[in-house]
Formats: sequence, structure tokens, C-alpha cells
Amino acid sequence: MSRTLVVVGHGMVAHRLVEAVRSDDVDGTWRIVVIGEEARPAYDRVALTSYVDTWDPEDLALPGSTYAGDGNVELRLGDPVVAVDREAKRVTTASGRVQPYDALVLATGSRPFVPPVPGHDLPGCFVYRTIEDLDDIRDAVERARHGRGRPAAAVVGGGLLGLEAAKALRDMGLSPHVVEMAPRLMPLQVDEGGGSLLRRLITDLDVTVHTGTSTDAIEADRGRLVAKLGNGTELDIDLLVFSAGVRPRDDLARDCGLDVGERGGVLVDATCRTSDPDVFAIGECAALEGRVYGLVAPGYSMAEVAAATLLGKEASFPGADTSTKLKLMGVDVASFGDAHAVTEGALEVVFNDAVSGSYKKLVVSDDAGTLLGGVLVGDASEYNLLRPLVGNTLPTEPAALIAPAGGGDAAVGVDALPDEAQICSCNAVTKGAIVHAVTEEGCDSVPKIKACTRAGTSCGSCVPMLGKLLNACGVEQSKAVCEHFPQSRAELFEIIRATRVTTFSELITKHGKGKGCAICKPAVASILATLGNGHILGGEQATLQDTNDKFLANMQRNGTYSVVPRIPGGEITPDKLIVIGEVAKEFGLYTKITGGQRIDLFGATVDQLPLIWRKLVDAGFESGHAYGKALRTVKSCVGTTWCRYGQQDSVGLAVELELRYRGLRSPHKLKSAVSGCARECAEARSKDFGIIATEQGWNLYVGGNGGAIPRHADLLVSDVDTETLIKIIDRFLMFYVRTADRLQRTAPWVEEMEGGLDHLRAVIVDDSLGICAELEEAMAEHVAGYRDEWKGVLEDPEKLARFTSFVNAPGTPDPTISFRTEREQKVPVMLGVPEVVSR
Amino acid sequence: MTAMAEQTWVAVCRTDAVPRAYGVAALLENGEQVAIFRTEDDEFYGLSNLDPFSGAAVLSRGIIGDTGGVPVVASPIYKQQFELRTGRCLDDDTVCVATYPVRVIDGVVHVGSP
Ligand SMILES: Cc1cc2nc3c(=O)[nH]c(=O)nc-3n(C[C@H](O)[C@H](O)[C@H](O)COP(=O)(O)OP(=O)(O)OC[C@H]3O[C@@H](n4cnc5c(N)ncnc54)[C@H](O)[C@@H]3O)c2cc1C
Ligand code: SF4
Ligand code: FES
Repeated sequence: MSRTLVVVGHGMVAHRLVEAVRSDDVDGTWRIVVIGEEARPAYDRVALTSYVDTWDPEDLALPGSTYAGDGNVELRLGDPVVAVDREAKRVTTASGRVQPYDALVLATGSRPFVPPVPGHDLPGCFVYRTIEDLDDIRDAVERARHGRGRPAAAVVGGGLLGLEAAKALRDMGLSPHVVEMAPRLMPLQVDEGGGSLLRRLITDLDVTVHTGTSTDAIEADRGRLVAKLGNGTELDIDLLVFSAGVRPRDDLARDCGLDVGERGGVLVDATCRTSDPDVFAIGECAALEGRVYGLVAPGYSMAEVAAATLLGKEASFPGADTSTKLKLMGVDVASFGDAHAVTEGALEVVFNDAVSGSYKKLVVSDDAGTLLGGVLVGDASEYNLLRPLVGNTLPTEPAALIAPAGGGDAAVGVDALPDEAQICSCNAVTKGAIVHAVTEEGCDSVPKIKACTRAGTSCGSCVPMLGKLLNACGVEQSKAVCEHFPQSRAELFEIIRATRVTTFSELITKHGKGKGCAICKPAVASILATLGNGHILGGEQATLQDTNDKFLANMQRNGTYSVVPRIPGGEITPDKLIVIGEVAKEFGLYTKITGGQRIDLFGATVDQLPLIWRKLVDAGFESGHAYGKALRTVKSCVGTTWCRYGQQDSVGLAVELELRYRGLRSPHKLKSAVSGCARECAEARSKDFGIIATEQGWNLYVGGNGGAIPRHADLLVSDVDTETLIKIIDRFLMFYVRTADRLQRTAPWVEEMEGGLDHLRAVIVDDSLGICAELEEAMAEHVAGYRDEWKGVLEDPEKLARFTSFVNAPGTPDPTISFRTEREQKVPVMLGVPEVVSR
Repeated sequence: MTAMAEQTWVAVCRTDAVPRAYGVAALLENGEQVAIFRTEDDEFYGLSNLDPFSGAAVLSRGIIGDTGGVPVVASPIYKQQFELRTGRCLDDDTVCVATYPVRVIDGVVHVGSP
């Protein structure tokens, strides 16, 4: 019989606990009931500030957090536990529901600390912890926009959370004040030197910093607020956010008589057990051996330990890594190990470059042999290598490790790290474990390491290290296209563009070897087509084309083809619809509406293709490129044309975009969609580039993907007008086409790009490489050079001649093709494959 | 260009109907289909047109190339590679497609019985 495990709270740590129990408890010995106060399942609180980018709670969702399909877990949300009866072993919720338990886990997290200053509870004062808090802050900002003057805000607290809150306010278009009692920002993580640089960098970003002063009172003033600071300053503001630290939510534990820590928190031992052996506490509400941790990684360790203990295994808290690395408003801040040099005899090595805005400090043991900790501000690129070195012998002079490039750059590599060094602190994965996965378990790529060890699956900051470890293990992540070309696709693109090579034979003679194959030929064909080298079936190019491109149609499993005429934006007249119907009827084609808002006609033989297209072209249709690694469709909703909610003309834009980018050959297929408002009926965020209308213009999202690995597209720019939008899409597409790998969709392209989305934005929005004009020009050439491929075939007898089943019997259809009828339409029958009739 | 004494040959097309590095299909009297390939070096090869993995008669429409210098065609459906000389599948050594002798006389391509 299974026992009941009750989990109170459904935050990040509770979710990790449930996952850990469920993945190891194969026999289902525990039935789990999770009771949460918030009305939504656990979400990524660490990334809370990014909610401001999209205001879409889905973006913070944690994978698997609803336990859909798992009969052993029951999730009850929006009804907090108000009492624990340890004698009767049951809990009671606010709605009066009683739930018995065999074991109880408290994972109630913490609450924001609000200093008891006069006026702290006035309307306009907020805290910063949940999605709802952010929604409330947004409403207040919106209201303030309609008031007099520019909205103003202040954040009380200049620590990690305070700066997060300031970032959120800045992202909403405000220039916030930050008030910190300590003499510097982020006093817990950063030392004085780092703090003063941080202050300068943050001030440059339009944030006013007040340090070394308290907030004494908040007063209401004609619908606004005045915050009175200890140093006499008065801030005239619309709203105020308290981010002055957190306090563990230990009230349930106190009320039922469990021991609590001196400074709060439910007291637990190294197995996360409280003073009652059937009750555990994990995450921010727990005081593990007296200490409360305000970071998610130690919470995750506690979840793993408690899960193992519940399943009867030996486990204890491995000790916490309180290292932090953040990008706050674009400013890198990292602190690790003994950042404040409190270890006896510790020495500090400081490198401070006020000009370039970079501060680095290492704390080493008295003999300068062991790394104890450090602080990096402005440029934290060494963090990934330094943090795992903490506690270990230094491979070189401490100064060499942080000296500017040229000096120390090559001095330390992953080789220098010992096996016990933790590479992924979120998931406590050591270098040894990763090397084992690579050398013993055959993980030869970053995604495989992620799947096998979990490293890199949370904050992602350790992912570059995984790549370096792969290289260090001698696993070469070769970029060579195939055995014929040692270059990557991007390199071939540059060679072809710069040297103006126009044929495959010339390219392979000069830059490759052998005759080519089914990998490099289509890849080069695509590059040649992008750069505009005439019809893709002209001359030698015809021999390079992949299956579908070779006959400008999609080959289906019986060797017949399907035909898809372009229907831009999915908008079509009744007359054209009738033409499609008539063609389908005449040639006996199976018809189906596609997901891209057009019509697919199946079952055409090679020799029928030109006959079908003759009719379609005469009626004004053109190739839909459904067969190509090229732009497929730009879907659209009806937008302002019909919809009551529409904010912009989504159909008009979709048609314009589809006509602009039609025929653009790319490393993989490209899909797009335009929605007329935030309700997103066109599903634009599952596309390579998706556009969603706003009141002021358009939001552009890039790198989305349906398919086997779905991914929501990321916001690249917001509220831009149509002209700017098209410029940025021009650059995005051309940059992708030039630099992506063969068959790499935009989603992995952005993900694997060094610097990720920020880098992409720098290149194509801020023009950091100075190539935007060139990219736009290349797109203009493409647009001007577009010709319908099917029309090109129909006009050329030589190309037409290729569309025959048999050289010695043109006009004789392939005798192996046959069909039967299903749901009133024809479907293929395979000869030689005996047919099993079901139903 | 293999030629055996008692082969029967059928003329199927002129050489210029088969572009370099390209394939075409020919239909024999007995209903068999032959994929005829011409390499960059003007060698001609014949394989059964039937792709053993999909059952579709499509091998002639695959891309021609080489692996390690050996001429191959890749099936247009699932991309397995077949040696043009022997019909051997490089991705599955239990699979082989029939080969047909092909010869060129006076600019005309002839296919022999397998
Ligand atoms: C803006 C922000 C940025 C952050 N950035 C970082 C960072 O960069 N790195 C880092 O490591 N950490 C960061 N943190 C801290 C991190 O989010 C927390 O450490 C982590 O969320 C703690 O998880 P938890 O599950 O213990 O608590 P929580 O996530 O707080 O979850 C506790 C849940 O329990 C519920 N609950 C409470 N009482 C009851 C009850 N009686 N009955 C039912 N349910 C109850 C609460 O409503 C809550 O949903 C950040 C936090 C914030 C707010
Ligand atoms: S996305 Fe908005 S505008 Fe478009 S159909 Fe849906 S509700 Fe209407
Ligand atoms: S360090 Fe966060 S995922 Fe590895």
C-alpha cells in the first residue's frame, strides 16, 4: 500500500522534490499531494524579471510542473495550508479541507521583508516576488502614465533582488531610484571596490543610486507618494517597491511547535529533517543547521536530499555553493566563494580598470596557492573557469588569472580543473561526472551531456564550459560539411560570396575533394540559389538539388509528388479556390488543407507536374516552395480586417512579408506568422520569425519552432513601425542564411550563437559588426531577382524534358504506382508491400 | 562498360538525354525499371530503379556522388547510399539492389539483362 506524502508550497524547490521522488520511486510507494498557495503551478521565479519582456506567464513555466498524466501526484492550487496537526498527522487548508499525511514536506519559501517604516502599506507600495506582484506593478505604472508628468518609482533595497526590481521598472520605461542602507550596492556579494564600479555602471543606465541611507517614511501626496530618506532627500514618486531582503515563511512550523532557527527558518539537519522525524523542510523556508539560503541551487540540493531520504536512501546536504553570477541591466556581476576574504590570512589580488569598466578580485590562501573566492564586476567572463577552481590549487600566478587578455587568457583552461570541481552549480554536476558521460557513456554533443547529466539545464551559464570539456576530451565537434568539404556551411557561404564561384564543380575543385555527395551538393545548391545564380534547375545546378527541389514538388512515399501553390497570408479569392478544385478534380489529386494556411494536392506523377502547373500558372498561381529549404508561409489571423480585437492589419503585413521573402533559399525551411493582437491566433511565437501587433506597432519574435523540439520565439524588438520591422527581418534572415549550419533551424542557431539573443540583437539591431547595410542590400537584391520557378520550367523545353517517367517511354506512367480509395479520396498502395486492411 | 558475350541489349536513349552526374529511368519490355546513371567522368551504370527501403521506383532521381572515391547514388526517399558498381547498400550490408550492364555505342545507351 502506498503512503501519502504531503508537500506544502509549490515553488521551484517543491517542484524539484516531486520530480526527484517520482523519477526514483518506480514502484510508486509514495502518493504525493502538493498543496500550493499561489493559483498557478511552480514557475521560474529566478527569471521573474524577464516576465516584463512578454507579460506571458507561459514563458516562466517549468517543464513538467503540472504532472499531467502522472496518477501518483495530485496538485491542489490556490488554497494554502493554515494548520499542521502533527499528532493526528494531517494538515488543514484555508478552505477547510483536511489532508492526512505519512510524511510532510514544508517548502513554503520566503516572504519579502517590508521594513516597518510609516506609510509602508500605502497604495502604491509593492513587493517583488510573484507574477501577481509584477502584474500589480505594471497596473500602477500604467495608471501613472495617465497622470501628470513622467511616472517615477523607487526601489528600497540595493541587493540582488532590488536591482532585479530596478531592471523590471527600467524595462517598463521608467528611470527608477534605488535606496540602499549599506554603503554600496549588493553588499552581500560584492566588496567595496566592486560596489563603486557597479554603482557607476548602473548610474550610467539611468538609475539614480542612493547608498548609505535609510528610508524613513512614505507619505501620500495628492495621489502620488513622497519617500523621505534618512539623508534628507525627498523622492517624488508614483510607486515604490520593497526589495529589502526576505524572511523564511516558518509560521506553520512555529504554530505546530517545530524548532526554528535563531534568525528564523524551520530548523533541519543535514538530511532536511525537522525536529519531527516525519516532517521535512526544504528551500528558502528551511534553516539547515541554522543557516537559511536565499538561492535556488542550495534549495535544489535540499530537494534531492529529502527525496532520497524519503525513499530510504542515505543522503545528506553536500554544502552549498552560494556563488552568483548575474547580468543586471547588461552589467555582469559575479561573486563566488569567500568573496569578502574572511578566511584567516586570506590575501586579495585586485585588478581594477576604471576606463574599461571592469573590476576583478581574487581571494587566495595565505601562501597564494589556493583559490578561496572572488568578485567580478563589469566583465565576468572568467567566472565559469574560476568558480570551479575554488578550494583547489591554483594552476598559475593568481594575477595571471584575471589580468586582461593577452596576459592570462590562455593561462588556465578546463584541463586545470580537478575532477571534483563543480561545473554546473544549479544541478551540482562535477567535471568528473561530465567527463565520465563523454568518455564512458558516449555523449558526444552538448545536448547529449545535458540529457545525460542534467548539467546546463537550469540557468544555462555553464553551457559554454560543456563545449570546452567536450573539446578537452578530444571529442571534436567538427563543423565540416561532409567528407568532401572541410569547411562549415557558413565558411562555404563566405567563400562562394567572396570569390564569386558560380558552379559546384569549380568550388569542389578549388576548395574540396572528390565528387560531392547528397549532403554537400544540396547545401551548395542552396547557397548558390541564395546568391542568385539563375534557375535552380539550370545546367549543372539541376544535378545538385535534393529530392524535392529536383522536381519542384514534394516526393511522397510512393514516388509521386504533391503540389502546393502559394497563397500569401492564407488569403484567397473564391475564383482561385475554384481553380485549385478543378485542377485537383481533373488530375485526380488528393487534397488537404495544410497547417500553413494553404492547399496541398497529392498523388501527381512526374509527367503530370508540368501539366498541372500550366493550369495553375495560367490562373495566376506561382510556386509555394513547399518543396524547398526556403520561406514556406507567413500565416495570419484576420486582424483589423475583420476581428473585433485586431490592433493592426495582420493579413496585409503577412501578404507583404510572404511576397518579399518568397523564394529565399536558406539552411532550413523558414516559417512565419502575423497575429493582429496579443491573443495570438496565428501562433506567431512558434515560428522562425513571428510578428504580433501592439497598440503602437509590431513586436518581432525570433527563433521559434514547432516540430519535435518546440520552442517559443524570443522577443527581439517591440513596438516598431512596419518599415523598421521589415528592415530588421531583412537583416535577421540574411544573417541567418549566411551563418547557420546546414539544416539548422533558427531556434538552435540563436541558441548556439555565442552571446545568444543579446549578441543577435547587437548585430542586427544595433549594428555592432557594421554589416546591417550590406545585409539589407543583399535582401534587396533577392527581392528584385525573384522569379517564379515553375514559370521558368514551363518556358524552357530543356527543363520540361526532365519531367518524364522513362527516357525510353515518355508519356508511359510508372506502372508501379497505384491507388485505392479512403474517405472518398485516393491514397497510395505500395506494390510488393502486402496491404493489411484494418477497420 | 562491361560487355558479355551472350547478353541481349536494348537501346534506351542517346547519351545526351542523361546529363552528367544525373540519372534517368528506363522501362524494359518485361516491366522492369532500370535507373541509368552517368557520372562526372562519363561512366554509365545501371541499377534497379526500385528503392528497396521504400518500395518506390525512384532510385534514378537520387543524387550521385562518391564516398571515398567510390561512385554512389543516395535514395531520394530515406537517403541510404548504394554503390553504382555493385548495387551494395552502404548503410545496411544485408541489402543490395540488382545491377544492369550498360554500354554506349555511337552515342546510344544500351541496357543489358542483369
Ligand atoms: C526576482 C527574483 C530574482 C531571483 N534571482 C535569483 C538568482 O539569480 N539566483 C538564485 O539562485 N536565486 C534567485 N532568486 C531566489 C529564488 O527564486 C529562490 O531561492 C527560490 O525560488 C526558492 O524556492 P522555494 O521553492 O524554496 O520558495 P518559493 O519559490 O518562494 O516557493 C514557495 C511557495 O510556497 C507557497 N506557500 C507558502 N506558504 C504556503 C502555505 N502555507 N500553504 C501552501 N503554499 C504556501 C508560496 O506561495 C510559494 O508559491 C530570485 C528571487 C526573486 C524573487
Ligand atoms: S490575434 Fe487578435 S486580432 Fe488576430 S484574430 Fe486573434 S483576437 Fe483577432
Ligand atoms: S550552472 Fe546553471 S545550469 Fe549549469
